[in-house]
Amino acid sequence: MYSPQIILEAALNGLMTGAVYALIALGLTLIYGVLHIINFAHGALLTCAMFAVWVAWAWLGLDPYLVIVPLVPLMFVLGYGLQRFVIGPASHGDDGNILLVTLGLSIVLENVLLAVFQSDTRTLDTDYSFQVVALGPLLLSYPRVIGLGVAVVVTGLLWLVLNRTDTGKAIRAVAKEKLGANLVGIDVPHVYAVTFGLGCACLAVAAALLMPTFYVNPRIGGAFVLVAFTVVVLGGMGSLPGALLGGLFIGVVESLCGLLLGDSLGQIGIFLIFIAVLLVRPTGLFGAKA
Amino acid sequence: MTARDLIPIAVLAVLAALLPLVVTSSPVMNFLVFTLIVALGAQGWNILGGFGGQFSFGHAAFFGTGAYVTAILQLRYGVNAWAGLLLAMAAGAAVAWTIGFLSFRSGLRGSYFALVTLAFAEVFRILANATAFTGGAAGLLIKLDVHPANLQFADRAVFYWLVLAFVTGVLLLTRWIQRSRFGAQLVAVRENEDAAKALGVDSLKVKLRAIALSGAVTALSGCLYAQYFLYIDAHIAYGSWISVELLLAPIIGGVGTVFGPVVGALTLHGLGELAKQFAGRIPGIDLIVFGGVLVLAVAFARGGILGLLERLRDRGRGMMTRGAKEVSHAGR
Repeated sequence: MYSPQIILEAALNGLMTGAVYALIALGLTLIYGVLHIINFAHGALLTCAMFAVWVAWAWLGLDPYLVIVPLVPLMFVLGYGLQRFVIGPASHGDDGNILLVTLGLSIVLENVLLAVFQSDTRTLDTDYSFQVVALGPLLLSYPRVIGLGVAVVVTGLLWLVLNRTDTGKAIRAVAKEKLGANLVGIDVPHVYAVTFGLGCACLAVAAALLMPTFYVNPRIGGAFVLVAFTVVVLGGMGSLPGALLGGLFIGVVESLCGLLLGDSLGQIGIFLIFIAVLLVRPTGLFGAKA
Repeated sequence: MTARDLIPIAVLAVLAALLPLVVTSSPVMNFLVFTLIVALGAQGWNILGGFGGQFSFGHAAFFGTGAYVTAILQLRYGVNAWAGLLLAMAAGAAVAWTIGFLSFRSGLRGSYFALVTLAFAEVFRILANATAFTGGAAGLLIKLDVHPANLQFADRAVFYWLVLAFVTGVLLLTRWIQRSRFGAQLVAVRENEDAAKALGVDSLKVKLRAIALSGAVTALSGCLYAQYFLYIDAHIAYGSWISVELLLAPIIGGVGTVFGPVVGALTLHGLGELAKQFAGRIPGIDLIVFGGVLVLAVAFARGGILGLLERLRDRGRGMMTRGAKEVSHAGR
């Protein structure tokens, strides 16, 4: 059997991977909560952001964490434009269509990246990629500790934006009652696009946090997108705290499954949870509304 | 079914069957066989997704089951390939029925159904990739033993005719579904499940029959894939690429129509090949075209290519009747 220390360390590591899952899921759940759509392009957009971080590091020599500053507004604009000028008009407001349009977008994005960067896997290394922080007898990876902290901060910021600003009020109004919001003069297509932009901005942060310890290739988004769906479904579609807690939980599950079942089977725990939650309680563990 | 239902299918099948007599180049035959295999799987998707309105994002689960059952039965148990084909279809239907039973009973529809099917396919992929029984990550190689009894043919044209025969069979099956009481109930469930239930349609039963049929047809295409290429691994058989292919073809061609999946598969792969010819060695260029066509189809051509053609025909007819009226007015 494994010693408690190994299990605890695996759990903590999982918690920190989970923080990044939570950030990815945060964007997805926000978009779902407001637009009521499942954004299949989320994974491909994450891959775009990860490549942006890599390019900034490899060509401009920028530190991955520093890239957050320009990348967040960039991804926001990209998301805003995509929703406003592609997804919105192309889908005619039908759920099934949105699913298909975002699927089409993800195929295009992934393969454009493939055409530009080829299928090679790329990594970047920083001075702190392999640094560790000692917590009592436990050794924790430094970039992952940062990731956990940032994820919590970003969730808090997002919560503040949604609850303390006029834009946030408008977003919540549209999420609750689209027609009513429209009647009181809220520009619904604009709010949709802003929400989509915010969701993509979360991906920019997630990408910057991932890159110091992870790798990127054009197909990497697919690995994250299902995990993010799982987190969103688990946390309750549209719930921000749900996404954070769900992400952390899934990270721990993956890490422990990887430890107990081996790497190749590690992810299976996630999908089984996903299926079980969908079948038994599709509103999620923390979800209030259906 | 009337003669009017059967004649277009018969004419197209005969024309397609004559093709190998004209075309002999083996890359073209490879292209045609692969496209028809995709079309067959897409026809399976169309039974559930097109007529039943249940969009599956995980038909790889059935395709892969068909491929693996065929391969494993031959390799590990020495079962004849033709028997393997039938058993693969049965296994596909069983897997589909089980997934359908679990998801439909929980009331999953729309995006939720799409997600749960996707997750099931991923579970299969991970399991097939990790267990020794399915050949693990190395995959399975079916022994080359060219003999009609082994479902392996020296001449590519024979395999083409075989796949074409299955595609034609499913065209007939789909036409029958369209005309049958079962098909009417399935469409009723698609259009408004609650209303259909209120009229006494047992929607769970109807959807389960549809998914089992759909799974069997898609498993058949997986089996033929394995027999043609003689190699499968988890990423080929259970990968998300095939789920996407099987859903793209009907949506591009015309969702919920008899010919839609075949038209869609031929169009997509034709365009993909053209893009490859023009763009040369850029990787993923055909998929960029696929994705772009999907977005365009959803934006501008709901009902796919067949829907577009129908609209054009209606417009043409409208103009003709208007023209005829004008003529008759002038005559007076």
